[in-house]
Amino acid sequence: MQRHFDEELLKLKTDILSMAALVDEAILVSVEALKNLDESKAKQVIADDRKIDEMELAIEERSLSLLAQQQPMAIDLRFITMAMHIITDLERMADLAVDIAQRVVEISDKPLLKPLIDIPRLAVVAQKMIQDAIQAFLSRDAELARKVIFSDADADQLRNAVQQELINEYMIKDPKAISRAVSLLLIARHLERICDHATNIAEDVIYMVNAEVVKHHPERL
Amino acid sequence: MDNLLVKMKAQHIDFFYGKHHALKNINLSIAENKVTAIIGPSGCGKSTFIRLLNRMNELVPHTKLTGSIFLDNEDILAPGVDPVDIRRRVGMVFQKPNPFPKNIFENISYGLNVNGVKNKQVIEERVVGSLKKAALWEEVKDRLHDSALRLSGGQQQRLCIARCLAIQPEVLLFDEPCASLDPISTRKIEELIFELKKDYTIAIVTHNMQQAARVSDYTGFFLLGDLIEFDRTENIFKAPHDPRTEDYITGRFG
Repeated sequence: MQRHFDEELLKLKTDILSMAALVDEAILVSVEALKNLDESKAKQVIADDRKIDEMELAIEERSLSLLAQQQPMAIDLRFITMAMHIITDLERMADLAVDIAQRVVEISDKPLLKPLIDIPRLAVVAQKMIQDAIQAFLSRDAELARKVIFSDADADQLRNAVQQELINEYMIKDPKAISRAVSLLLIARHLERICDHATNIAEDVIYMVNAEVVKHHPERL
Repeated sequence: MDNLLVKMKAQHIDFFYGKHHALKNINLSIAENKVTAIIGPSGCGKSTFIRLLNRMNELVPHTKLTGSIFLDNEDILAPGVDPVDIRRRVGMVFQKPNPFPKNIFENISYGLNVNGVKNKQVIEERVVGSLKKAALWEEVKDRLHDSALRLSGGQQQRLCIARCLAIQPEVLLFDEPCASLDPISTRKIEELIFELKKDYTIAIVTHNMQQAARVSDYTGFFLLGDLIEFDRTENIFKAPHDPRTEDYITGRFG
């Protein structure tokens, strides 16, 4: 039996997709801004964050209304409550894109300390994780969600590699490089945190689909 | 079923109305001092089932029942068991309140008289005690000799509960007790059920899923005479195992 409620749930899904698209864009543009040391692009990311914040509030409000008015059960209940978690993670990812943009503004008046190799790789990992996590959410694919969680290890590895290189090859050897090195190190950290949030989304998808709690319990994967 | 005491247990219950197989191999335990809800669409057998628990089905002609129903360790269907005694130990509250056409006091004392309680003081204590337990005392204490029929629907239903409680049952069966009541009366009865389960074992049939979700510890989902799923209420409503249960509780049933 088709329910009016199903239209509401579809709208919620669509809104989350739109929000995820904006977040994806923010991360892409912030890394582009870094590659080209483009201060104006970085400032655009910072300004556009407001829109993502507003979307989070609107989706949260809509979710609360659905809980109050529809008294959803089982899969519908898990969907709405996990949707509320997921938009929080998306909003945090957007804030991290802003943090990256702010680092770019800090270093854009000097040339890049070094050619960027691992940071763009880390950005690619982050974007794939977000896209797969959101796809898993849309298709209710717990297997894809599991893959996202496992790929977080790659992100950690890349972040560690960036850190090691910046400390050992640049900061120790040349104190004048420290300021720019720290900015790059922080950017790597922000990207790695974005990956952690994608992992959170994947964990929530698994709960939504299977009612299985894997959050804080990696042994259950 | 967790590590709880089982108060009543249905084993291999099959029930027929004439040729119609209304209940099919039902196996279900009712935990002591807990509320067990029975839910399901119209015609699923839930009212039929609950009426077996105090042998009310015997008042309906052309029916057949096989299997066992245990109250503690005694099969209430065994030959020689007195159904009247079972109905004292397992009381029932119906959908439409059915007070006797007597005054409030007599509605309760009648059952005591029939059960052999003659001492006036004991009768008075039991009447007052059961009205208090049914959360009705404050509303009727100054008019115990008024006709029960002058009470509101919600008050009449609480009087029926008090009537059950007076004869000191062990189990209370509720068959859609709030179906004819307004929301406030419904809430009062639900709060009362929370209190009553401390001292009694309760089974409730309801077509109101939110009520089952609010009030019960365990829920059984019936469909076309089968028990589809039985679990802790929170599990049934957060993550049921059977897709038929999920379709029913999410309203996808068409």
